[in-house]
Amino acid sequence: MDFGFAPIETRSIDIDIFDSRILKYVIKYEPSLLVCLSCGGCTATCSAGNLTDFNVRRMQLMLRRGETENLQTEINKCMLCGKCLLVCPRGVNLRNVVMLIKKALVIYKNQEK
Amino acid sequence: MKFDDIFYYPFLAGTIYLFAVIIGRFIRWFLGLSKIDKIRIRKGFFSVKTLQSIWESIREGLLHFKMYRVNKLLGYMHMSFALGWFLLIVVGHIETSCYYGTLNFPFQHSIFYRYFITEQTDFPGHVFFAYAMEFLLFYVLSGVLLAYFKRFKSKLFGMKKTTRMRYGDHIALTSLWLIFPTRFFCEICSAGIYANGSPIFNAIGAFAGQYLPLESLLKPLWAFYSIDLGIFFCAMPYTRYMHIFAEINYIFLKNWGIRLKKRVNTFTMAEVYSCSRCGVCIDACQLNLAGIKNSQSVYVLKNIRNKNLTDEVLFNCLLCGKCQEICPVGIDVNNLRITQRIETTLQYNSSYDYLETGIAKKSDVVYFAGCMTHLTPAIKKAMLKILDQSGENYWFMDETKAPCCGRPLMLAGQFDAAQKLIDNNQKLILDSGAKTLVVSCPICYKVFKEDYMMPDVEVRHHSEYILDLVKQGKLTLKQSDKKIVYHDPCELGRGSGIYEQPRELLSYSNNLVPINNEKEKAMCCGGSLANLKISMAERNILSEQVMNEFASYNPDYVVTSCPLCKKTFAKTDILPVKDIAEVVVENIENKN
Amino acid sequence: MKNIVVIGGGIAGVEVACMMAETGNRVTIIERDNKLGGKLNNWYCLFPDFKKSDEILNYIKNRISKFNIEVKLNSNVEKAERNGNTWLVHTENAICKADAVIIATGYQLFDATRKEELGYKIYDNVITQADMEQRFREGNFLTSYGKKPERIAIVHCVGSRDEKCHNMYCSKVCCVTGVKQAIEINKFLPDAQIFCFYMDLRMYDKFFEELYRTAQEQHNIQFIRGRVSEVSETPDQHLSIKTEDTLSGRPMKMKLDMVILLAGMETKKNTKEIADKFGVDREISGFLKSKDFHIGAGILTQKGVFAAGTCIAPMSIKETIENARSTAFQVNEYLKTL
Repeated sequence: MDFGFAPIETRSIDIDIFDSRILKYVIKYEPSLLVCLSCGGCTATCSAGNLTDFNVRRMQLMLRRGETENLQTEINKCMLCGKCLLVCPRGVNLRNVVMLIKKALVIYKNQEK
Repeated sequence: MKFDDIFYYPFLAGTIYLFAVIIGRFIRWFLGLSKIDKIRIRKGFFSVKTLQSIWESIREGLLHFKMYRVNKLLGYMHMSFALGWFLLIVVGHIETSCYYGTLNFPFQHSIFYRYFITEQTDFPGHVFFAYAMEFLLFYVLSGVLLAYFKRFKSKLFGMKKTTRMRYGDHIALTSLWLIFPTRFFCEICSAGIYANGSPIFNAIGAFAGQYLPLESLLKPLWAFYSIDLGIFFCAMPYTRYMHIFAEINYIFLKNWGIRLKKRVNTFTMAEVYSCSRCGVCIDACQLNLAGIKNSQSVYVLKNIRNKNLTDEVLFNCLLCGKCQEICPVGIDVNNLRITQRIETTLQYNSSYDYLETGIAKKSDVVYFAGCMTHLTPAIKKAMLKILDQSGENYWFMDETKAPCCGRPLMLAGQFDAAQKLIDNNQKLILDSGAKTLVVSCPICYKVFKEDYMMPDVEVRHHSEYILDLVKQGKLTLKQSDKKIVYHDPCELGRGSGIYEQPRELLSYSNNLVPINNEKEKAMCCGGSLANLKISMAERNILSEQVMNEFASYNPDYVVTSCPLCKKTFAKTDILPVKDIAEVVVENIENKN
Repeated sequence: MKNIVVIGGGIAGVEVACMMAETGNRVTIIERDNKLGGKLNNWYCLFPDFKKSDEILNYIKNRISKFNIEVKLNSNVEKAERNGNTWLVHTENAICKADAVIIATGYQLFDATRKEELGYKIYDNVITQADMEQRFREGNFLTSYGKKPERIAIVHCVGSRDEKCHNMYCSKVCCVTGVKQAIEINKFLPDAQIFCFYMDLRMYDKFFEELYRTAQEQHNIQFIRGRVSEVSETPDQHLSIKTEDTLSGRPMKMKLDMVILLAGMETKKNTKEIADKFGVDREISGFLKSKDFHIGAGILTQKGVFAAGTCIAPMSIKETIENARSTAFQVNEYLKTL
């Protein structure tokens, strides 16, 4: 269980060693991700977020900052119910973003092999 | 070597090649089916289903009833080709066997009858046969003429767009278009020289003979006819004309109970090849309106066949089922797409390890509002009032939290992931001991009904459930003077066949105005979760068009029975939108 | 002497009418309602200085009484025709000749029922800021179940900056209205906990930022950065909202007694009709389109037609009055060219 007291990672986000492959892939096919303003509406309404510590807003923000380490575990929590689409004030097509991230993870894992 | 002995070889080669390929394919498709499906075929083979299939093959393969219903001219065109050509072959054979007085004759004599049988014949009815064959030829030619016409003026056929073609298609199409005019000239030529046609053809032939060197045209014409047939037959398996045989095959398999079961198998190919690319589905598709022109069913089927289907096309579909409803071949397009989606996303399903088994409350009725209903509190509030009034011992399963029903995952092809959610919810519902599950969302309804294994639990959409309550006298409704139109949600209407219950329920209190595009023809609101690619702006175009159509009937408000449809329509701000449960609550007569 | 027709008798309409009369024109105001003052009549007090809105209304009444302005109440524009440089504006029972027409029809408050998930008109204790102003006037702060609210949420950006309502723009004044109302509520109900849920706080004008600081410092208002996406009712009639505290990255749920929605500003349906009648263009947002953003604000795309106030864009009272004065100046410049 996460009480929010997990050890804080001290390192700063280093834009110079940005792993942008997944981000680029997602934005290529779903450019609406670009207009997110991090209002948190999606996370608030999220069906999966109601059951677990899944935070879809933070996940996509981390992706945009090139932090992809926990992406695999995070992305699999989404139930794809679509509530986020109905509340997003910017019309971000988050369901497609989730599916694209899942796909991109497979593609780039295979490339690394 | 004599010309007579060899000129029909191209035709012969083509025919042999065609049947070899087709039989090869049929065998491959059969072998690729699952064991259960093979048993289904064995059982179905000697049942009444086979007779039904024969009738359906005649009805749809030759007469094209469904096509005729979509558009009369288009139906006539397809029928003239199929029935006309079929009868040309059949009547040609009868004619030849009458001539020889036996069934044992060189087969090429029946195909090229008027080339081979040149002396004056006097078997009984020979004039009748000549007239019949010529009539049939004209019948097919009328279809060919329409086909030429359709290429250039497709609007006449009620079609705004026709299918785009590729190089190979052009070869097949050209050879097909040439077959019957060539045959016409061949017969005129023969009749002009030998007077072996009907009196009319003989006269035309004689007339033509005054101006043309018929003797020297005869052989090249018939040879061309044979070559053209050969080319067409060779091209057939690789073009859409394969559907002529595949469709019959599909009708039989379908009637024997073969379906796609969440995975791709050779039945996919049996379905894909039976698409005639008539293009009826293109006009039925609302996505055209939003400028999406490459993901209509005919293109997806073609892409599957050519193995170049991309995610951008596959997932750009509302799965509203309108094309499936109108498809003259009756291809199960939605299922086909979902299985393709399952296949492409197989590598990345989720396990949802975090799911914990909840604690069920013992009850008679379980109410599952659904994720979307939590964003339409008016529906939730109305339903709770109705459930309270029903006096039944109910449990609001997802009041605070519950996993999603699994249908949105299913629509995205995440079948294995969906199964995890299904297992979790199913256990909870069974634990409650309830006999009835009431759901407010048609998306949930479909998956509860089709993919949950709960034989003792009756799944009811709230429109059905409320109707029951009204019929049992647990709710009394008073008349309202409000004029309304009802919108059929895709998953409830075409998806689950619930058209009448909501209408019956609404008729207790309101003046329901029938509209043009309703029931099977109902439009999608544009909010469908099945389309992962469509942008919000494109969705808006679809919903506004539907709402404007509703507005043309001047209703006081629009009624639907799906929270997603409601929210999508409400966004347009064109007319007020209410859920059927809200309408009921407004009109409940309070008993004192 | 030139004839001027002003459509709308709110703050902008009256101010522009007075300015035009002051510079020697014959002015007619066509007002739909039965009194002047527009939306301000329903407001209690104004940001950032808590001036009573009645003071502004009195200013307007005094000002208009000094001029000979014809005011047609309960009148609507039915038709407009142009004849050379003269406009003929038809109302129900008169035809007004005008050398220049000034549209000052104002705005309408976003209909919060369109955001169904926020529960307006579904749950009794969900109200809008306009309802709240009415309550300030009446001195009524009780919840529907007759209790003093202990916890109140103020939700920013309802119907503004929202693709779901086709309103992509910022209504500008709701942020500071929310802060102002939070402070007022705190003054009336010192024990109540007040939360403001915002996406961005846009304290753009003089004294706004100071007001924000005052709210934090002296009134203990809590500001939480997160959009509220669901409001529901608990079995004991309390409200419960779902949001994310985006700064701590955690979803947040809370029980509440009252929710106040800061509904945004929209073009009136009526303004759209009038725009069509005069053949002037509108922006994608629906507001009237000026000839030039920088140097032509208030000059519309049709000759002799001008606009003042919130039919151009969302504005505060102060900006509306400034805007009306600037429009009046531009109208006079135009009249000189005739």
